[in-house]
Amino acid sequence: METIILFAPLVGAIICGFGWRIVGEKAGMVIATGLLFLSAILSWIVFFSFDGQTEQITIMRWIESGSLSTDWAIRLDRLTAIMLIVVTTVSSLVHLYSFGYMAHDEHFREGESYRPRFFAYLSFFTFAMLSLVTADNLVQMFFGWEGVGVASYLLIGFYIRKPSAGAAAIKAFVVNRVGDFGFALGIFGLFFLTDSINFDVIFASAPELAQTNIRFLWTDWNAANLLGFLLFVGAMGKSAQLFLHTWLPDAMEGPTPVSALIHAATMVTAGVFLVCRMSPLYEFAPDAATFIVYIGAFTAFFAATVGLVQNDIKRVIAYSTCSQLGYMFVAAGVGMYSAAMFHLFTHAFFKAMLFLGAGSVIHGMHHEQDMRNYGGLKDKLPVTFWAMMIGTLAITGVGIPLTYIGFAGFLSKDAIIESAFAAGTPAGQLGFWLLVIAAAMTSFYSWRLMFMTFFGKPRGDKHTHEHAHESPMTMLVPLGVLALGAIFAGMIWMSSFFGHTDQVAKFYGIPLAGEAHATEEGHGAADEHSEVAAAAEEHSDEATEMATSPEDVEVVVTDDHGADAEHHAAFGGNPGDGALYFGPENTVLDDAHNVPKWVKLSPFLAMLFGLVLAWVFYIRRPETPKQLAENQPILYQFLLNKWYFDEIYDVVFVRPAKSLGNFLWKKGDTGTIDGGINGLAMGIIPFFTRLAGRAQSGYIFAYAAAMVLGIVVLVTWMSITGGAN
Amino acid sequence: MISTDLAILLPEIFLSLFAMVALIAAVYTEKDGMAGTLTWAASAVMIAVAVWVLMSGGNDRTAFGGLFIDDGFARYAKVVILISAACVLMMSQEFMARRGLLKFEYPVLVVLAVVGMMLMVSAGDLMALYMGLELQSLALYVVAAIRRDGVKSTEAGLKYFVLGALSSGLLLYGASLTYGYAGTTQFAGIIGAAGEGEMPLGLLIGLVFIISGLAFKISAVPFHMWTPDVYEGAPTPITAFFATAPKIAAMGLFARVLHDAFGNATGDWGQILALLAVLSMFLGGIAAIGQRDIKRLMAYSSIAHMGYALVGLASGTEQGVTAMLIYMAIYVTMNIGTFAFILSMERDGRHITTIDSMRQLGSREPVKALALLVLMFSLAGVPPLLGFFGKFAVLMAAVDAGMTWLAVLGAIASVIGAFYYLRIVYYMYFGDESLEPVEGHMSPLTFGFLVASAAIMILGIVNLFGVDGYAAAAAATLVN
Amino acid sequence: MTVADFAFYVAAFIVVVAGFFVVVSRNPVHSVLWLILSFLSAAGLFVLLGAEFVAMLLVIVYVGAVAVLFLFVVMMLDVDFAELRGEMARYVPLAALIGVVLLMELGMIYGAWASADGVAVAGSLGEITPVNSPNTGLLGMVIYDQYFLLFQVAGLILLVAMIGAIVLTLRHRTDIKRQDVLAQMYRDPAKAMEVVDVKPGQGL
Repeated sequence: METIILFAPLVGAIICGFGWRIVGEKAGMVIATGLLFLSAILSWIVFFSFDGQTEQITIMRWIESGSLSTDWAIRLDRLTAIMLIVVTTVSSLVHLYSFGYMAHDEHFREGESYRPRFFAYLSFFTFAMLSLVTADNLVQMFFGWEGVGVASYLLIGFYIRKPSAGAAAIKAFVVNRVGDFGFALGIFGLFFLTDSINFDVIFASAPELAQTNIRFLWTDWNAANLLGFLLFVGAMGKSAQLFLHTWLPDAMEGPTPVSALIHAATMVTAGVFLVCRMSPLYEFAPDAATFIVYIGAFTAFFAATVGLVQNDIKRVIAYSTCSQLGYMFVAAGVGMYSAAMFHLFTHAFFKAMLFLGAGSVIHGMHHEQDMRNYGGLKDKLPVTFWAMMIGTLAITGVGIPLTYIGFAGFLSKDAIIESAFAAGTPAGQLGFWLLVIAAAMTSFYSWRLMFMTFFGKPRGDKHTHEHAHESPMTMLVPLGVLALGAIFAGMIWMSSFFGHTDQVAKFYGIPLAGEAHATEEGHGAADEHSEVAAAAEEHSDEATEMATSPEDVEVVVTDDHGADAEHHAAFGGNPGDGALYFGPENTVLDDAHNVPKWVKLSPFLAMLFGLVLAWVFYIRRPETPKQLAENQPILYQFLLNKWYFDEIYDVVFVRPAKSLGNFLWKKGDTGTIDGGINGLAMGIIPFFTRLAGRAQSGYIFAYAAAMVLGIVVLVTWMSITGGAN
Repeated sequence: MISTDLAILLPEIFLSLFAMVALIAAVYTEKDGMAGTLTWAASAVMIAVAVWVLMSGGNDRTAFGGLFIDDGFARYAKVVILISAACVLMMSQEFMARRGLLKFEYPVLVVLAVVGMMLMVSAGDLMALYMGLELQSLALYVVAAIRRDGVKSTEAGLKYFVLGALSSGLLLYGASLTYGYAGTTQFAGIIGAAGEGEMPLGLLIGLVFIISGLAFKISAVPFHMWTPDVYEGAPTPITAFFATAPKIAAMGLFARVLHDAFGNATGDWGQILALLAVLSMFLGGIAAIGQRDIKRLMAYSSIAHMGYALVGLASGTEQGVTAMLIYMAIYVTMNIGTFAFILSMERDGRHITTIDSMRQLGSREPVKALALLVLMFSLAGVPPLLGFFGKFAVLMAAVDAGMTWLAVLGAIASVIGAFYYLRIVYYMYFGDESLEPVEGHMSPLTFGFLVASAAIMILGIVNLFGVDGYAAAAAATLVN
Repeated sequence: MTVADFAFYVAAFIVVVAGFFVVVSRNPVHSVLWLILSFLSAAGLFVLLGAEFVAMLLVIVYVGAVAVLFLFVVMMLDVDFAELRGEMARYVPLAALIGVVLLMELGMIYGAWASADGVAVAGSLGEITPVNSPNTGLLGMVIYDQYFLLFQVAGLILLVAMIGAIVLTLRHRTDIKRQDVLAQMYRDPAKAMEVVDVKPGQGL
C-alpha cells in the first residue's frame, strides 16, 4: 500500500507528461489527479491504521559501493504517516483546484498545451516529496530533497514567457543550493563518522556522536552539534529561514496552486520534517538546537514585520508562511518536535487554503494581485470570502482561551508558544517573546489582508471589479475540504500531538521511561526491541484508559513502576525507537502544560490586539496607514524593502560573484583558455602548416636532402646514445 | 630439396606465372583490348590466392635455406595485401577504361608488384628483402608514370624513381654494414651476432640505414617527401593502390626485419621508430590542413596513419605488432572506401580532386555523403567507429610498453588531424552553395566498395570481424 | 708490404679519389670519366681478391656498357647543369657539414670495429677463395643452388624493367609509314614493276 502511495504520483506524472499526446490532454490530467486521490485515500487509511510501530518496506537494493550499502526502502512511522496525509491531501486538492485555475492562462498562446505539463510537474513534485518523507536513509532523502527542488524550479518558472518567473526560479534554485551544500556536508559527515547513512544506525550512534570531536575548517567541534548545524543549514534553505529566505517571496511568481502546494504546505516544511526526523541527533546537540531556536524566532519575527506592509496578496501570505515556519523551528529547537509537527500539520491546511483562496480572488479579479486594487469583494466572491475568513481565523489563532476548543492554528500555535516558554532557557524566553509579538503582527497582517480585499469600497480598475466573478466548483471544493481541516484538525489531534506524555508517546510509538525496567520484571528477559515496543503499547493503552486527569496518570505511573514521580510519565527508549526521540532530561512537554495562565493567554491577547489594530487602520480610519507610512518613512521603507536583504545580498554576494564570473569568463576563459586554444589552432598550427607547405618545394634534391638530413640525425643520435660503445 | 622449397613458394610462383601468361596472351592477341578482361582475371586470381594462403595455414616453414619464411605473420600480411590489391584493381578498371589509361600491362605490373610484396613479407634474408623490395618498387615506379603523356604523372614516376633509388642505396648501405658486422645476411644469423643486450654500434648504424630505407617505403617523416607529389601526380587508381597494399608490405617487412633480425635490441630501434612516429603523426596532421587537393590530403593522411602504425611497432612488444596489424587492416579498409569515393569525383566528364568541389554533397547525394562521413570520422579516430579502435590499440600498446609520452603525443596529434577530416564533412554538409558542385559518377561496384567500407567501420566495432584474433596469432609467430 | 698490398692501397686510393671527383667535377662528362676510372680500380680490387670473373664483368658491363651509355645520355641531353648547380650551390655548406658529420660517425663505427664470432677476417685471402676451382663454377654453384630464389626474382625484376621500358616509351603512331620487312621480302619483282610504254605528249 505504501508503495502504491509512493509511485502512483510518479505513474501519473509519466502518463500525463509523456502520454498526453496519446491519451489526450484532458484524460492525462484526469489520470494524474485520480492517481493522486488514490494516494491520498490510501494515505489516510495508513494514517488511521498505523499502530506506532516503525516499519521498513524495502523496494529495491539501491547502492552498493565499498562500505556504503543501502536499500531503497520506505520507513513508515508516525512522522511519515503525518507527512503522507499532508502531502497527498493538499496535493490532490491542488490538482483538482488546478483544473479551474489553469483553464485559461494569458501567459500562454492560444492552442498551446501547457496544462498536461503543469499536472505532470505537480505529480512529479508529489512523488519527489513522498520519496523525501518516506526515506529510510539520508541519501534517499537527499534524492527527494533535490527532486522537490527541481520540481519547484520547474513550477516557479512555469510561465516561461515571463522573465521575472525565470529569474525567481533560478533564485530559488541557487539559494537552495547553499542550504543543500550544508545538508550534503552533514550527510558526508554522518557517513564519515558512523559509516552508514541509514537512519537506524545513525540514531543508534547519536549518543556516541555527542562524545566525539571532529575537525572541521579551523578547529575541533562537537560532532553532534556540528552535524546538527550542517543538516539545519539544509533545512534553512528549504524552509526559507532567515538568511536563506529570500527566494520564497519571489517564488510567488509561479502559478498560485504551486504556491499553495509547494510554498505553503509541503516542500517548505521539509526542513521542519528533517529536524524532527533527526530528533535523536538534535537531542544530543544542544548548541545546534539553540541555534535553531534563535533562527526560528527571528525568522518568525522578521517575516511578520515585513508582512505588515506588503501589498501583493500572495507576498503577504508568503511572508506569513516564512513566519509560521519560524514558529515550527522554535518548537523543534526547544525539543518539542511533536508541537512542531502539529503546527506543520495544521498549517498545511489553513495556509494551503489561504493560498487557494487568494488564488480564487486573483482568478476572479483577472490576475490582479495588488491588494490596493481590491476592496469590497465580499459580495462578489462569497464562498471565497468565507473560506478565507476561516483560514484567517485559523492562522491568527482564534479559539476559546484555556480550553482545547478553537481553530487549528489556535491550538498548534499556542502549543509552540507554551513550549518555548517552558523550555526555560534564555533562547526559549527570547523565542517566547518574539513569537508573541509575531502573533500580534500575524493577526494584524492577516486581518489587513481580509479587510483590504473583502471590505471597504472597491478600488482600482472599475472594469475589473465589475467583471469579478466567483470561481468554478473545481476550485471551491478544495477550499471547502481544506476549511474542514482548518477548523477541526487542531481539536481532533490536539491530544495526540500535544496531549499528555503517554498520549504523545503512544501516537509516535515512543517507549516510556521505566518500560525496559518494567518489562524486565514483567516478562523476564526483554532484549527484543519489539517486545519493548509492544510492552510500551500495552502499557500506554492501560494508562490512557485510566488517565482522566494528569494526576491520575502520575499516580498510575508512580504506582506501577515506582519510578521517580517528579514528573508525569517520561519519554524513554533508545534513540530511534519511535518516530521521535526525547532525551531523558527533555521535559518540555510536561512543563508546557504547567506554564502560568498569562503565558497561555498571551497569544490570544496578541491576536486580539492585532485584530483591533487592523480594524482601526483599515475599516474605521482607512487613512491611518498612509499617514503612518508618511510619518515613519524610514521604518516603512525598511519593512517594505524586506529589511534590504535582497539589496545586501546583491552587494555582498551577487555582484562580486558576477564580477568574478565576468573576470573568469572574459580574462580567464575567453582570454587565456580560448585565447590559448585559438592561438594554437589559428596561429601556431597554421604556421607549421605553411612551413610544411614550403618544405614541399617540389625539387627532388630538396627531398633527397631531407632524407639525408634525417638519416644523419638518426645516425648521430644512435652514435651518441645507443650501442655497446 | 628444391621441390619442397618450391612447394612452399607455390602461391608466389602461381601469381608470377599468371603474370607472364597474361602478358604473353595479351601481346599476341588484342593487346589493350584484353586489358579489361585481364584486370578482372588478375583480381579474381589474387582473391583466389588470398583464400589459398588463408586456408593453407599450418606450420611455419622456411625455404631456400632461410631466404623465404612462410609463417602466420607472412600469411596475414599476404592475405591483406592480396585482397586490398584485388579491390583496388576492381575499382580502377572502370575509371581507367573511361580515360583510355587501361593498358594490359597495368594488371600485369600490379600482379608482379604484389609478388614482390609477398616476397617482402616473407623475406628471411637481407638479400631476399632487397629483391622483393625492388621487384615491388620497380613495378610501382612504372605504374606511377603510366599516364606517360601527362606531365604530372611522368613527374610523379620520375620523382618516385629517383628518390626510391636513393632509398634503395641507403638500404643497401645499411645491409652492407650489417653484413660487415654480422658476417651474414640471414636474419637468424644477424640476431645471433647481435647478441643479447648491448648491440655493436656498427650493427646499430646499419640498422638505422635499413630503417631509413624502409621508412621511405612507408613514407614516414622525414622520408616522406615524395608522397604528396606522387599521390597527386599519379592517376587516382594508382594512388589508391599506393595507399594500400605497398604500405602493408612495407610495414610487414619493417616488423619482420626489426623482430627477426634485431629482436633483442628493441630499446634501440624503439626510440628511432618512436621519433619517426611522432614526426609522422604531427607532420601528417599539420601539413594536411593546408591542402586543397583531396589526393594530397590523403597523402598526408597516410603519412599520419603510418605514424600511428609505427607507434605500435615502436613499443617493441607482441601486443604492439598485433596492434599494428589490426591498425593496418583497418587503415586499408578505410582507404579503399575513401578512394572509391574520390574515383567518382568528376565535373563535365573530367576527374577533379579539389576539396572545394565536395560542397553540398550532403544534400545532393545523401547516401554517399553519409558513407564518406562515416569514413572521415573513422579516419579521424572518432570513438564509436572502427578507426578509433585501431588508434586505441596502438596507443594502448605504447602505454603498456611504458611509452606513455608517445601515446599522449599520438592522442594530441589525432586531435590536430581530426581538423581536416572534419573539414571535409563540413564542406559536404555546410559548404557554400555558390560554387559549382561535383558530379558523382559511380559504378555500382565502386559504390558498393564505398558503402561496404563505411558499413565495416560501424559493424566492425562488435568484434572487428575476428581480425584481431588473426593479428594476435600472426604477431605471436613473429615475436617470441 | 707485399706487391699485393701495395696494389690494394693504390687501387683503393684511386677508387676513393675518383669517386670524390665524380661528385665535385664541374663538367658532367668529366664526372662520367672519373666514374669509369673508379670502376676500373674496383675491378682491380676484385682481381686482388681472386674474383677475376667479377672483375671482368665490372669492366665489360659497367665500363663498357653502362658508363658509355651514361656518356651518351649526358652528351645528347641538353641539360643546363650550371643552372641546376646554381640552385644546389646554396646547399653546399649544409651538405659539407652533413658529409663531415657522417664521415666522423662512420669513423667512430670503424674505430669500434668488432667482428662477430664466426666471421672470417680477411687476414688470408686463401681462406676465402678456394683454389683449383674456376670463378664461374663457384658462382654458378651459389647462384643456381643457394640463391636460386634470388636469381629467379632478379629475372622477374628484369622482366618488370623491360615491361616498364616498353610501357613508358613504345608508341603506336598511326600517322606515319612503317617498314614492313616481310612485305618487303615477299615482294615479287615481277609484280613490283610494270613497264609501260608512254608515248610522247601523252599522259598515262
